[in-house]
Amino acid sequence: MEFFVQQIASGLTSGAIYACVALGLVMIYVSTDHINFAQGEMAMFATYLAWSMIDAGVPYWVAFGSTILVAFFSGLFIQRVILKPLETAPVLALVVCFIALLSIFNALAGMIWSFTIKQFPSPFPRVDIFGNGLVSAQQIGVVAVTLVMLAILTVFFRYTTLGLAMRAAAQNAASARLMGVRVSWMLALGWGLASGIGAIAGMLVAPIVFLDPNMMTGILVYGFAGALVGGIANPMGAVAGGFIVGVLENLVGSYIIGNELKLSFALIMVVGVLLLKPAGIFGRVIVRRV
Amino acid sequence: MIRRRTALLSAASLTIAGKARAQKKYAPGITDTEIKIGQTMPYSGNASAYGVAGRNQAAYFRMINEAGGINGRKIVLISLDDGYSPPKTMELARQLVERDQVAFLFYPLGTQTNTAIQKYMNQKKVPHLFLATGASKWGDPKNFPWTMGWQPDYHTECKIFAKHMIANIKDPKIAILRQNDDMGNDYIGGFREGLGAGWEKMVVADATYEVTDPTIDSQILQLKNSGATVFMNITTPKFAAQAIKKVAEIGWKPIHYLVSVAASVGAVMRPAGIENGQGIVTAQFAKDVTDPRWATSPDYIEWKAFMDKWNPTANQLEGSNVSSYIVVHALVQVLKQCGDDLSRENIMRQAANIKDLEIPLLLPGIKVNTSPTNFYPLRTEQLARFEGDHWTLFGDLISADGT
Repeated sequence: MEFFVQQIASGLTSGAIYACVALGLVMIYVSTDHINFAQGEMAMFATYLAWSMIDAGVPYWVAFGSTILVAFFSGLFIQRVILKPLETAPVLALVVCFIALLSIFNALAGMIWSFTIKQFPSPFPRVDIFGNGLVSAQQIGVVAVTLVMLAILTVFFRYTTLGLAMRAAAQNAASARLMGVRVSWMLALGWGLASGIGAIAGMLVAPIVFLDPNMMTGILVYGFAGALVGGIANPMGAVAGGFIVGVLENLVGSYIIGNELKLSFALIMVVGVLLLKPAGIFGRVIVRRV
Repeated sequence: MIRRRTALLSAASLTIAGKARAQKKYAPGITDTEIKIGQTMPYSGNASAYGVAGRNQAAYFRMINEAGGINGRKIVLISLDDGYSPPKTMELARQLVERDQVAFLFYPLGTQTNTAIQKYMNQKKVPHLFLATGASKWGDPKNFPWTMGWQPDYHTECKIFAKHMIANIKDPKIAILRQNDDMGNDYIGGFREGLGAGWEKMVVADATYEVTDPTIDSQILQLKNSGATVFMNITTPKFAAQAIKKVAEIGWKPIHYLVSVAASVGAVMRPAGIENGQGIVTAQFAKDVTDPRWATSPDYIEWKAFMDKWNPTANQLEGSNVSSYIVVHALVQVLKQCGDDLSRENIMRQAANIKDLEIPLLLPGIKVNTSPTNFYPLRTEQLARFEGDHWTLFGDLISADGT
């Protein structure tokens, strides 16, 4: 029984990581209608910036805050400079562009900081909540931050004018433009926010998995799985999806199929959900008026 | 008249033959002034942490060339990025051999990557020398006379660990964590052989992970749950660091054995937390440059001077900067032995003719030996325990033949 609880606790922690990354993916999807494959690498790169600052003696929270700001503006910048010219390009051109960004950021990080893993400090105290090594403050912290981000995003997209404008711009650019929404800037804002969320995810993940340029590659796949299982157009669904993938992966891996097939299991979940309920378990089916 | 002419002719042919014998023999890529060699390295991708090896060797060859080269020939190293992806390695090996016309491949890194090109190199009869992988399959001169490994192989190493466990731990209950690939399988093969009939009784848990797994927390919990008292950790650097940290976090206190490929102080032990790594046992064939006991040894001082001058931006705590330095010495020896007969055949012949070569930074007493039937240049290791912030050697040198 203790083993079962441990596996669930560890599953929830990895689930929180996937959920964080999934949130960034949802953010981009909701605000631009695309899936950004470079999301993970951008987050990794931001985490390196934070690491450099902390290494140079900047206090943790200052580094944390300024990294989010820098990430936000770089996201904005990338959209303005690289993606704006492609606004009317076919979706495949964008995919190629995202993959290019992925390898550029990966190689750049390797060049600047080398590929050796680095220890990233955790903002949370090194305490053991129940005294049995089951749940650490770091794990609770990751879950808490993910939930807070989720709450903020939900409120933002549902109740603020800006959030609604962003969704409108992504869903139906032409109508939004007629309503006076500056569509192009909404897309840029979406990139900025997603990049900021990615930075937070990166800084939360790094103390657990260690910082290296390939830190996010494995996680991104599970993040996708979480987002798709929960519903990629729905922040709440994506977070729930992340947790579901994390916990099920651990339980199925420990009890049923063995560790070898954990990733395959996550992918099978994705395929299954897409076949049976394409909008995701918690997703609403969006009907578009033509 | 006719007789005279014949005599002249035969005299002429004799001198030609004589000349040919004294003439220098060169493989493609070799001239009077240059030896061109190729290499594949993971400068990007999953295993890119190992890329420092290629950079360090390039620095070493720069130093050699500055000093006039080997027998007057400068070394040109073409080191290409294969991203640790076997199909890419294949493509690059072809490019190096056929387009760039290198004399041979030196220290290409990776087990799967070298597996992909082994047949090709042997078909083309191009030396495939001193591979940067510890798989046990490289010492097979009968079937692959053009391929030669380098470091003590995984199989042997894990056998050494198994023997040590049986001899020193009363009633061991062993949990294994291993990477689910060639490397993990090779290690586990040696471990199984070392434990022999004890395997069934002693191994209580055997968990695998994939290199794509974000974390291995779940596996570590499974292993702890098995009630094991010994932990055989067969991982690559990032996962080794994760495992060491997680084991400490959940308060599991097994006797911990860590494979040498993941025992770098700078790339694993420090990031994992020095306090978490205390007491871990590994095996070594090279001096740990963080160990203060070598600080005054001449070979350490020489290496340090080389690093400071020729590769100043490198992290000197990374084990790859030592292993890549050691193997270069073996290559230099082979090329020196070749003299002016730098045909591919002779390069291979000399590589299989290294006798008791002592190389800086190898542990005292370890010598490099090869022969036409022994394509394993290094077969000896010594166990070491992590104490304070470095590895401390203990026990005697253990060789493959001795186990």
